[in-house]
Amino acid sequence: MSIENLIWLIPLPPLLAFFLIILFTNKWKGLSHTIGVSAAGLSFIGSMIVFFSAIQVEHFGEGEHIFASSINWLPTGEGFFKIGVLIDPFSAVTLFFVAITIFMIFLYSVGYQNYGQPKGDHDHMGLPPHGATIVDEHGHSHAVLSVEPMYSRFFAFLGLFAFGMYTLVVSDNLLTLFVGWEIMGLCSYLLIGFWFAKPSARDAAIKAFLTTRVGDVFMLLGLAYLYSVTGTLNYRDIFYNAEVMHHLSETITPIFGLSTAGLIGLLLFIGTIGKSAQWPLHIWLPDAMEGPTPVSAMIHAATMVSAGVYMAIRIFPLLTAGWHGHELTPTMTFVAFIGTFTAIFSATIALAQNDIKKVLAYSTISQLGFMIAAVGIGAYVAAAFHLITHAFFKALLFLGSGSVIHGMEHGILHTGNHSVDPQDMKNMGGLRKKMPITFWTFLIGGLALSGFPVVTAGFWSKDEILADAFGHGQWVVFITLAVAAFMTAFYTMRQITMTFLGEPRTKEAEHAHETTWTMTTPLVVLAFFAVTFGWIGVPEHFPGLGGVLPNWFHHFVSGTLLEHPESVEFSWIPLGTSLFVALGGLTLGWFVYKDYKAGQPDPLENPFGKLYPVLQNKWYFDELYSATFYRLADWISGVFTPFMDQVVIDGILHFFARSTGVIGNTLRDKFDKPIINELIGDGTAALVQKGQVLKYLQTGRVQSYLFGTVSAFIVIAALLYYFF
Amino acid sequence: MIPLAWYLYLSAALFSIGVFGVLARRNAIAILLGIELMLNAVNVNLVAFWRYGDPTVMSGQVFAVIVFAVAAAEVAVGLSLVYSIYRRRRTVIADELDLMKW
Repeated sequence: MSIENLIWLIPLPPLLAFFLIILFTNKWKGLSHTIGVSAAGLSFIGSMIVFFSAIQVEHFGEGEHIFASSINWLPTGEGFFKIGVLIDPFSAVTLFFVAITIFMIFLYSVGYQNYGQPKGDHDHMGLPPHGATIVDEHGHSHAVLSVEPMYSRFFAFLGLFAFGMYTLVVSDNLLTLFVGWEIMGLCSYLLIGFWFAKPSARDAAIKAFLTTRVGDVFMLLGLAYLYSVTGTLNYRDIFYNAEVMHHLSETITPIFGLSTAGLIGLLLFIGTIGKSAQWPLHIWLPDAMEGPTPVSAMIHAATMVSAGVYMAIRIFPLLTAGWHGHELTPTMTFVAFIGTFTAIFSATIALAQNDIKKVLAYSTISQLGFMIAAVGIGAYVAAAFHLITHAFFKALLFLGSGSVIHGMEHGILHTGNHSVDPQDMKNMGGLRKKMPITFWTFLIGGLALSGFPVVTAGFWSKDEILADAFGHGQWVVFITLAVAAFMTAFYTMRQITMTFLGEPRTKEAEHAHETTWTMTTPLVVLAFFAVTFGWIGVPEHFPGLGGVLPNWFHHFVSGTLLEHPESVEFSWIPLGTSLFVALGGLTLGWFVYKDYKAGQPDPLENPFGKLYPVLQNKWYFDELYSATFYRLADWISGVFTPFMDQVVIDGILHFFARSTGVIGNTLRDKFDKPIINELIGDGTAALVQKGQVLKYLQTGRVQSYLFGTVSAFIVIAALLYYFF
Repeated sequence: MIPLAWYLYLSAALFSIGVFGVLARRNAIAILLGIELMLNAVNVNLVAFWRYGDPTVMSGQVFAVIVFAVAAAEVAVGLSLVYSIYRRRRTVIADELDLMKW
């Protein structure tokens, strides 16, 4: 089988698994997860084959050195709209991390949803499992974790989600990218609201769906605009075609005086803002933590939010059209502003969160901001690099937090005190002894997130972004990102200290328990990549190490663009800064939180004063939106309903109702009663009697009428067929 | 080329599933889904006959597009009716919605 055919097949196994599970194997939990995990495994193998064949091709990405194939799909009058698959350097590396993280998350879900545990005593669909009681051979009864009631459905949704992501990565045009994008939007709605009987989960699902929809509308506008200008949506035909790009960047649109490329890029970028939860559309992502933890890892680390950044990097030539390496274009300024602002804004919120998953959620938003900022200042390779390293360590951190929550739930079932929140870090502490594997992997992930020097992947990618910002002379971006990186290191260490170090602050934390192998294996695998993946992107002029390891990542990914981006010159200032912020933040975080005891106020509350509640309440953005947009919509419908609905539409109906009433009354009084009734007399009695019998035909049930209609239709059809 | 009859089989199967859904499901939303299936079965028929008949005459496609549009409007109205019924009666089971009887 040729590589091109294999690429077509990569997204299919998860889709097949989705249909198999939904239609046939819903009842058998073990069979369902076998199908799900092996489908993810098949896609994983396919992706690895594609990736490793791609890196063996010389000058991969240039000219014809790509894997591509396409078919005619939609007749469009003169020609066809083609869809197809394309693997160029950037999608090859994306495929690499997507395949690994998705496969790991599938495996992890088996343990997380408690496969092999007994059915819960009070569990029902749409609620998280509450635990079951078992009686051992000595007659003691134990509370244990119980299996998720909708276990099979979970794997089906994960499968569909994986299909969406693979479609997005392998597609060669923006339309099929958009299709995958929307499939993931649907799946994130389904999975965030997986425990739909919880009102908070239901609200979060709706919020996520509607918020991302705002971005998607603009993105669709951008797609339509791009298609109407160029007549194609294929990446290579647009971004790799100097003529088209020149045309797009030279024509000026009436809106803000942007070039056509700039405006289209802006519209598409708003889609990214929604999908990657950038300010001001970031509000959905923290609420999305209502979903099961593997979903948080899937949506908020490996796939969906990465998809937004993936597209931003894809449309890099559009965003940077007209840029010659010095002053930023208006579009780039906008992108850089959104990214930088989001990075620091959500880092401040993460400082004051106590929910272990919420901290990670805000840190994800912040890290995505880093990538977007990198795109905005023209640091193509740095953005791609950080996208991939972040996917590894953030998936690791999310899965690790799920493992922690699981361990805590174990402790809660042991003590029977269900008022303890298993996600609140204030209730944890000292878990390193109880959950060693989780601790060490979480530590690796946390250090990578903080950018711990030299060893971890996060250091190399974040350092590259800072170096690019410095090298391009973007001082504001550089300083803001450095401060954000400092906060990142601080809150990461705060999280690690509160969760794992010190002594247990509750009985539940004392009885926490290491999780099963299906959950710890993915942690170990991802931890491996969270460390090693950085070493393939060591800058050439890095003191000591540069040149020892070739900067493979830069050379490989540069091939995606027509003009290969130059790597920035080495300077001590950004390196010193990133060393300082990482180590300084980590140390400070440890010092502030190492003596944190149960019941104490958070050590930051005093120094931050009035700012602390503001941070804890996320700068009141939810409140702001409900006071403005929600109130506005409410007000419009409040005005519209009484006027349009009740006056105009109901008025028309009432007019007809009254006029027929008047006509009927007049006829009855003037014609029916005096003339007809007088003539016929009492002759209607028989009719009334028949009506009494026949009235039972009118059951009021719509389906019995439909049944009558269908039967009558069949009889008439049979008669017609017989006689003609 | 795939024979015309295959499309007709597909369409007939879809239509039958739709009819079954409409008659046998108790949930009003499922009944609406059944109606949608039936409408789309008709669409398959229309487009198939257009393609195998005289493709230069666009009426088959136009007809299908009109069916789409009507179906979309029908879903909007139908779902909002179901929604407001649910608000009043706290149920969407079609059998329990029998106020309009003798």
